[in-house]
Amino acid sequence: MVSGQIPVEEYDTGNTRHKWDVNKLIRAHRVVAEYAYKKGEIQKGFANRTLYINLSNNEIKEKQVTDEMKKLFTGGRGFGLKLLWDSIKPTTRWNSPENELLITTGPLCGTTQYPGSGKSLCLGISPSTDIICDSNVGGFFGPYLKFTGFDAIEIQGKAKHDVVILIDGEKGKVVVETAPLEETNSHLANEQLTYMYAKEDSDKSRQLISVVSAGKAAEHSYWGCMNFSFYDIRRKVCRMKQAGRGGLGTILRDKKIKAIVAKVEKFTGVSNNPADPNKIAEVGTKLHREIRDLDRYQCNMRVVGTSHLVEIMDQYDLLPCENYRFGSFPKASKIYSPKFYELFTKIIPDGCWHGCTMACAKTVDGFEVMTGPYKGQKVTVDGPEYETLGCASNMSLWEPREVLEFNFYCDTYGIDTISAGTAIAYYMEMYEYGILNQKRCDGLELCFGNFEAVMGFLHRMAEGDKGEFITIAAKGIRRVKNWIKEKGWGDQYLIEECGMESKGLEYSEYVTKESLAMQGGYGLTLKGPQHDEAWLIFMDMVNNQIPTFEDKAEALHYFPMWRTWFGLNGLCKLPWNDIEPANNAETKEPAKVPEHVQNYVDYQNAMTGWNVDKNGLILQSERCYNWQRAMNVFMGRGRRKDDWIPYRSMGPVTEVEYMSRKDRYDKQLVEKIGLNQNDVEKMSVSEKIKTLYNWKQDQYQKLADAVYYRRGWTPNGVPTPQKMKKLGFSDKKMLDMLEKVIDEDTKKGLNHWCGKYGKGEKPPSIDPKYWEKW
Amino acid sequence: MSDTPKTVKILRFHPEKCDGGRGCEKACSQVHFKTDEGRDKSAIHILKDKNGEYKLHVCDQRGLCLDICPVGALNRRKSGVVFLDKNVCIGCQACVGFCPIGAMRKSDARIEPFKCISCGACVRACPNGALELVVVNIDDIKQVVYHKQGVDK
Repeated sequence: MVSGQIPVEEYDTGNTRHKWDVNKLIRAHRVVAEYAYKKGEIQKGFANRTLYINLSNNEIKEKQVTDEMKKLFTGGRGFGLKLLWDSIKPTTRWNSPENELLITTGPLCGTTQYPGSGKSLCLGISPSTDIICDSNVGGFFGPYLKFTGFDAIEIQGKAKHDVVILIDGEKGKVVVETAPLEETNSHLANEQLTYMYAKEDSDKSRQLISVVSAGKAAEHSYWGCMNFSFYDIRRKVCRMKQAGRGGLGTILRDKKIKAIVAKVEKFTGVSNNPADPNKIAEVGTKLHREIRDLDRYQCNMRVVGTSHLVEIMDQYDLLPCENYRFGSFPKASKIYSPKFYELFTKIIPDGCWHGCTMACAKTVDGFEVMTGPYKGQKVTVDGPEYETLGCASNMSLWEPREVLEFNFYCDTYGIDTISAGTAIAYYMEMYEYGILNQKRCDGLELCFGNFEAVMGFLHRMAEGDKGEFITIAAKGIRRVKNWIKEKGWGDQYLIEECGMESKGLEYSEYVTKESLAMQGGYGLTLKGPQHDEAWLIFMDMVNNQIPTFEDKAEALHYFPMWRTWFGLNGLCKLPWNDIEPANNAETKEPAKVPEHVQNYVDYQNAMTGWNVDKNGLILQSERCYNWQRAMNVFMGRGRRKDDWIPYRSMGPVTEVEYMSRKDRYDKQLVEKIGLNQNDVEKMSVSEKIKTLYNWKQDQYQKLADAVYYRRGWTPNGVPTPQKMKKLGFSDKKMLDMLEKVIDEDTKKGLNHWCGKYGKGEKPPSIDPKYWEKW
Repeated sequence: MSDTPKTVKILRFHPEKCDGGRGCEKACSQVHFKTDEGRDKSAIHILKDKNGEYKLHVCDQRGLCLDICPVGALNRRKSGVVFLDKNVCIGCQACVGFCPIGAMRKSDARIEPFKCISCGACVRACPNGALELVVVNIDDIKQVVYHKQGVDK
């Protein structure tokens, strides 16, 4: 193992090296569109313009960012929402030409002094959900996009042939050119394009390039992710981070974009031209020191990244095993972080953007691929992160090398590990029940733990296999549920309630059965069940800090707003609470990490010259959060029925699950529902499941009632025009649309609270149209 | 690997000879910022402890920062000195935050940090001979960034 203080040039991954004839690749390019722009300076975090490209008619133009836009939408994901709103219709679907792919930055993006400041926020209408998906990702592209002169890039239309879009910040030029010969799979495509566009044949030049691409499987699946590269000067590898959720890579390939490349000439620690650079350096250095002193006692992020969560989740019964049936597993210790610590390369600054000393982006170098087209080659595997490990436990894969193989191919094929892992786990459970079988699965023996079948599925998906199962399975759980039901192959209850999707998007990797607040954290969301809106399991289940519906609703207001804020600014959430000040536990609200909230207040003010306080940050988010929900309503969704979650995320669907935690559930029947102990003992397991089911469903509806009320939405989950006006919006098209939808809902009898309120309980308001009195 | 330096010159301080005049700091800020201001613009600091004794606070070339730099701006030169190339540096302050003795410094004058390069300007500037450069083995002083899982027992 490397001992440290190795000169940058001397580190060797042991990977298989490729020699590309870059000139041959370039000679095959044909320029489709070209646009010269005036290079400008970034002012206080903003480039003050966005880049629009239409691939259907080859129009390229700049759009100005107005002060009004900054006031209402802050930046990043907020800008993306605004640009999408101006472009889409209620009928727009993922593959409509007018659908857009947006990559946005945010005013703090590209800062090097504060850890976690290199995130891009990507948006588009998702193939999985038919509504907006927002996905955040590291890598160098976001910062470089801004340094080339744009706060966001907006791509509409579809190209006729595979193209590469180059944003050349050195020459002040945007070029769209055909790229027929480049590889599609990301680990190779990113390398070819990095070598092709680097100014000189040096690692330092290559580090000034970032590529966005998606691999072969993204062309055939709804799980396409976008891979954002960041060139590692020590490993000499184009490493990558994924904008995973919601199929944005599928949109990329549907638009026939092979890659988007950003190239910068040079940048410094003050390329954002902050209003007060010394203040940012001061708060940033304070956090670097905190990480230096405390990370080893807290999360070990610098050493094993997010993989440290596996053992914690397993111990708290939260690690999803065998499609979320169980929260822990006897074999789970085989994928605990010490197993990966042995494999990860150490002593390298593993930030996915410069200056991130949290450094959670771990890799295994020189990994020998075991299957598929790259069998026998040695590669760098970026990860695995916790979510990918949770997929492994869900599929019952317990060999670290198998997890790495799954991770590697998902990445290079452009597949979101989360969606793929969660979906395959569901297919495996259906396989176990005989609802699916080898014949119905195009010959794949998809039983729990079958690594060969998992890899076979991935490879066939990448090859574009036309098998009925492969084709539909690549579109995710929602489509497979419908398909199985149409075929009449099994029990509707099992098919519907076991499949961990909501709104059409697969769940990320936490078991939420015992935390009602976290069920809301997955269900009462904008894009679907992803834990980036709220992670309340410990607050709710372990520490019992939010016992009432009102408490939970407050948490499901504050935390989604707070976490949304990172995406408006181009930040990563991890340095907020995956490192905490030594005295954090003694503060009044430790779950909020007050000192770090103040850091962010200082940081944003020092960048932009604004003068906001911590409530001002929440207000920034609340505007965008409500706007996105309202856009979902515009798209025909964003109502209570769309916030449905499968019962597998609430409680035991099957007898096996009930019996595995019999004492816990029996106790709930007595203590929560109020049944007599003796009666419970006489009940059959199926009766117990049914009783628990009805109670838990009602709990979820009561939670939704409380949350909608807290957020200022109708009982059917629609943001009210009154709320939107309070937030400062006056967009007539938006306000009229909401008014109309609410009237329609009222006529359909949908504007009433849905919990069954018994003695001593009351709904959030007597008048369900409470907002009319504001 | 053959030209990997084995030794490095580091500063040794003789507090009994120091009169607190801080000529060393002024000389150092001349090297780094072309100014006589000293203090925040000097890589070497002379401090007075509570017993009235002078202390030296300066980089000892242990090199823990080398593995922290994301862009390779920090390197050990042939002389063994840990050197920050400010033209390559992107000002992230990771080295400033992680230096265990606070010897990587940041001045308000620019975003890129700076440090002692064992140039000897301070030694020459001291009228009392309180500073000297001495040769040490890098292996004896070398320190690497913490990379173990969990806490040392």
